[in-house]
Amino acid sequence: MSLRGDLALIGELINANARVLDLGCGSGDLLAYLQAEKNVNGYGLDKDPANIQLCLSKGVNVIEQDLDAGIANFATKNFDMVVMADALQAVKDPRGLLREMLRVGEECVVTFPNFGHWRCRVQLGLAGHMPVSTHLPHNWHNTPNIHLCTTQDFEQLCQEEDLRIIQRRVVNTQYRENWSITLAPNLFASHAFYRLGRPA
Amino acid sequence: MNATTASVGIVSPQRFGCNEPLTLQNGSVLESYELVYETYGTLNADKSNALLICHALSGHHHAAGVHDESDPKPGWWDACIGPGKAIDTDRFFVVSLNNLGGCHGSTGPRSTDPSNGRTYGPHFPNVVVKDWVKTQATLADFLGIKIFAAVVGGSLGGMQALQWAIDYPDRLRACVAIASAAKLSAQNIAFNEIARQAISSDKDFLDGHYFDANKNPDRGLGLARMIGHVTYLSDDGMGSKFGRDVKSGDFDANEAVEFQVESYLNYQGRAFTHYFDANTYLLMTKALDHFDPARESQGDLVAAFAPAQCKFLVLSFSSDWRFSAERSQEIVDALVQARKNVASAVIESEHGHDSFLLPIERYTSALQTFLNQTLSAQTGPSP
Repeated sequence: MSLRGDLALIGELINANARVLDLGCGSGDLLAYLQAEKNVNGYGLDKDPANIQLCLSKGVNVIEQDLDAGIANFATKNFDMVVMADALQAVKDPRGLLREMLRVGEECVVTFPNFGHWRCRVQLGLAGHMPVSTHLPHNWHNTPNIHLCTTQDFEQLCQEEDLRIIQRRVVNTQYRENWSITLAPNLFASHAFYRLGRPA
Repeated sequence: MNATTASVGIVSPQRFGCNEPLTLQNGSVLESYELVYETYGTLNADKSNALLICHALSGHHHAAGVHDESDPKPGWWDACIGPGKAIDTDRFFVVSLNNLGGCHGSTGPRSTDPSNGRTYGPHFPNVVVKDWVKTQATLADFLGIKIFAAVVGGSLGGMQALQWAIDYPDRLRACVAIASAAKLSAQNIAFNEIARQAISSDKDFLDGHYFDANKNPDRGLGLARMIGHVTYLSDDGMGSKFGRDVKSGDFDANEAVEFQVESYLNYQGRAFTHYFDANTYLLMTKALDHFDPARESQGDLVAAFAPAQCKFLVLSFSSDWRFSAERSQEIVDALVQARKNVASAVIESEHGHDSFLLPIERYTSALQTFLNQTLSAQTGPSP
């Protein structure tokens, strides 16, 4: 998986010098990238000891915290940007957490694998199996992804929650845009990146 | 030697005598005082690798190594300090002192009051965390250390590290607070008060004048230690260490039975009276109770941390109920809101508060990685 492309794309959605909270920061690569390239003041939350150790080795501000326990400990509007990269589909309460992200931050960036991609549809609709692909490499019984959605589903949630989509980037497995994705994003995008805010 | 057995070897305590009068937080003045300390590792040419260890309630200057070849017991934090260990003496110049008011060589209740030639005893002034930090900074001046690469402490030691970040923001690059708290909870103060009552109600305490009367409140001090010790362990930890194992006696034979845990606690209590002073115990527990850096900013911990410039590492342990992970989280939340650089980890361990003294793999790795990263970020990549 081309992680760098992932990071660069998120970087495009975040202003320089922003104060960033990264939910599910993993190995800290995104924050280390944003610190180096965008001069952000960032903090990451993760619950995995191995990830925390990796973050410490990179000098990333990592805080051990389980996203499923919520982020109520963070003050309102304490961050410019709250990021959740490929973690929305793995949390217990994505809708509640999304609300919390926009309480804690002025804006948020959410990225997720698009379950509406045609390969997923073919695997489920024609072959009759839960989709397994490079972006969704797990089997149904061992996947951490318990709340998968399509771009259409996500945008419907945004509408219900009265969230403003400031920017949307829909891309293929190489994190590139192309004409087919532009034509029918929910069918051809393998990944979606959203920058969201509250209505002005 | 591997990382778990490597030792700093034989170390000798040193003394620093300060003849500048010290005005304490409560207004009383010490005309002069002495601090006993040890150092491990080598101070580099630009004096940028110094690391200060702040000790906890019953700690002292002897944190690592041994005092001579026949010394069976290494320093209290030997698990974490040494060549290649979490606090790597191949990289850092480690300074560890006995705090003012202590009973291991620094000026304290057993010292002679120069104003009247008598033992201070109960008249030794109340010392608080802020006072300790001030005297530690004076010791740093004496050693020629302008900036510590890190100030590190567990429990009450972590409180000193936090106070350093607030009081001397330009004199440390990193603060490590382990199994600590920004203030004690009511329950925590309650345990300290029970311990103090155990001491002061001992008939040999003599209102604190036991030393001159050639007595010692052994029972009270031992009991205080037993209470403390129980709170430093966890239910699960005690269960797996002792269970209901019987040390002596037999239930079936209708004999008096002593459980292993009783025997252990009694031993710990007795042993403590041989190396700890009751007046120092009272002083240290009061300093613990008193600590609350937010008090000066109307209870606002975020405002209290405002002056800090260093980065922070806040570590806690899952089974620690005396200084729980929630207390550490309070520190972290305030630091985030105060826009300070902070990392945290909650280490899985069954050893309760005592975990911070033990070589727990994830704990020592996190501490080592943070400290080494701090040092290499300031001096460029390590060799």
